[in-house]
Amino acid sequence: MRSRLATTMEVDGLSAFSLREFGCEQNLLSRPDGSSSFVQGDTSVLAGVYGPAEVKISKEIYDRATMEVVIQPKVGLPGVKERAREQCVRETCEAALLSTLHPRSSLSLVLQVVHDDGSLLSCCLNAACMALMDAGLPMGCLFCGVTCAIDPEGHIVTDPTAQQEKDSRAVMTFAIDSAQHRVMMSSTKGSFSVNELQQCIAVSQRASEKIFQFYRESVRRRYSKTV
Amino acid sequence: MRETPLSNCERQFLLKAIEEKKRLDGRQTYDYRNIKITFGTDYGCCIVDLGKTRVLAQVSCELVAPKENRPTEGILFLSLELSPMASPIFEAGRQSELLVKLNRLLERCLRNSKCIDTESLCVVSGEKVWQIRVDVHVLNHEGNLMDAASIAAIAGLCHFRRPDVGIQGDEVTVYGPEERDPVPLSIYHMPICVSFAFFLEGTYLLVDPSEREERVMDGLLVIAMNKHREICSIQSSGGIMLLKDQVLRCSKIASVKVSEITDLINRALENDRKARKEGGKFGFAELMAVQRITALKSDEVSIEMSDGDAGAPSVAITTESPPEVGRVPSPVVRAPGAGQVGESLENAWGLEQLEEEEDQPGDEVMDEGLEIKEENQRQEKSKGEVVVISDSEEEEVVILNPKTQVKESTLHASQSQPQSTGAAKKKKKQQKKKPVH
Repeated sequence: MRSRLATTMEVDGLSAFSLREFGCEQNLLSRPDGSSSFVQGDTSVLAGVYGPAEVKISKEIYDRATMEVVIQPKVGLPGVKERAREQCVRETCEAALLSTLHPRSSLSLVLQVVHDDGSLLSCCLNAACMALMDAGLPMGCLFCGVTCAIDPEGHIVTDPTAQQEKDSRAVMTFAIDSAQHRVMMSSTKGSFSVNELQQCIAVSQRASEKIFQFYRESVRRRYSKTV
Repeated sequence: MRETPLSNCERQFLLKAIEEKKRLDGRQTYDYRNIKITFGTDYGCCIVDLGKTRVLAQVSCELVAPKENRPTEGILFLSLELSPMASPIFEAGRQSELLVKLNRLLERCLRNSKCIDTESLCVVSGEKVWQIRVDVHVLNHEGNLMDAASIAAIAGLCHFRRPDVGIQGDEVTVYGPEERDPVPLSIYHMPICVSFAFFLEGTYLLVDPSEREERVMDGLLVIAMNKHREICSIQSSGGIMLLKDQVLRCSKIASVKVSEITDLINRALENDRKARKEGGKFGFAELMAVQRITALKSDEVSIEMSDGDAGAPSVAITTESPPEVGRVPSPVVRAPGAGQVGESLENAWGLEQLEEEEDQPGDEVMDEGLEIKEENQRQEKSKGEVVVISDSEEEEVVILNPKTQVKESTLHASQSQPQSTGAAKKKKKQQKKKPVH
């Protein structure tokens, strides 16, 4: 198994991993406290954050803020898939946010899928992070999402398109923090070996550096005086 | 979250300004805010910006059985959603009064005006027809949702292409976009809603009210009209008395606005068609305002995995191998339906005591998990009968092979007895719990 992985690395050359072009716009909606739209290739997600705000008494937590995440699909009503994604995003956000600074308040994050062309969960995570940043909520670290797919030959594809995801044997999404590049959340589908998982994590950690670089540049641009 | 109430002075200020023919955003009485129509990569996906109000519409289709009373007509299904993103007062999945009102208006504007040819959506009479579904999501609420929603819905319908269908005998084939070009819907006319807000008992009138203006208005008149000046629906709400002249004047204004908006939609459709034909890039990603300071785009980047560590494989090699599965007591399968409280967890209670006591017989082992394993093995040796073993400290480590193991089990029971005096209460509790499971 290991030898095959090693050859994969050699054969593909080391530039086999790439992220599609990505873009982000912050503060594009007037009503939410923070909003962003994140685009990865054709995949596009719009995020809006409200909070810290008044919380329903039934949902109040006495020592920290209540985080709510809603993912709206483009067609139809939210189903089980959306609920699962919501949970992944919520747990990542809860881990990154310093919610103890806003006890007895609500933070709500709404994600609208604008176009799904693969790597949707990672795009949701990126949009969420940018929106939380825009809302100015205190966070211990930033996070980003990276999706890896393993095709039937065992090659790893980062940031796969919908077609690549369909053809693949396994799809994994990791949320990675900016402080130590550790895995905060993982969501996997399909079968893979321990080695492949480690390899995907390593690739994702590398990819996350690029995304954090992008975050940095976009924030720098936003707070620069000249365009 | 509750809506922040509008203060009296804000209300008075707004009304005073309207009396003086002034609007907060500097518009004239009959002016619309800027309308921007953009189409997505998918067919039938459209975002409309009306000033800061933003609405997303997505048209989709599926094959369904037709309604019994109309076997040859396709179905147009409209669904408007007030996403909690649009305003903090909107809750996901709640049927508010506003939502019902907007949905009803949209239905009357599009379905009841028969703007699309539903008969052309029939595939097999009485069996299969296309259902066209329009999902409208409100993304940002800055007033006049109705106009934005109607523009987005009709633009989405015009942009939409459904898969082509071939019928040979009884066989119906739905062709993918690679095999045959998808076909557009046949649209008779494009009804568009225009909202008029009335203030101070109908004395003043404003077109395209903003969110603030909507909160101080007395009444609202919505006219849905197409560019042929045919009124498709008209609704007055808020309970104000309107004069005949006022309604006529409004319909005249509406006809001008509708023809302008129809032109705009047609131009946007034309642009999108051109972009698609030229094979260039289209969709929202291309329309991102890169010149804005809040926006940034990056090109495709490659990730180098070259420098030294090569990450994963070395991690995989150097990390400790996961603990052997054999260490963990293998799950015991009892008779079907049987279960026990705290099952599958390793019990650390009273382990030391047990160990001490068990050390004396000599033939027992230190670890409970191991003990079970060993016993298991022993069982396997002695004909491999079914074993039921518990990892609890109580005495039910029984039902072994009666001939060979009786001695051991009795031994076990006698050992457990003294230490289980204190555990007797617990045992009762467990028994109480059992029926629950």
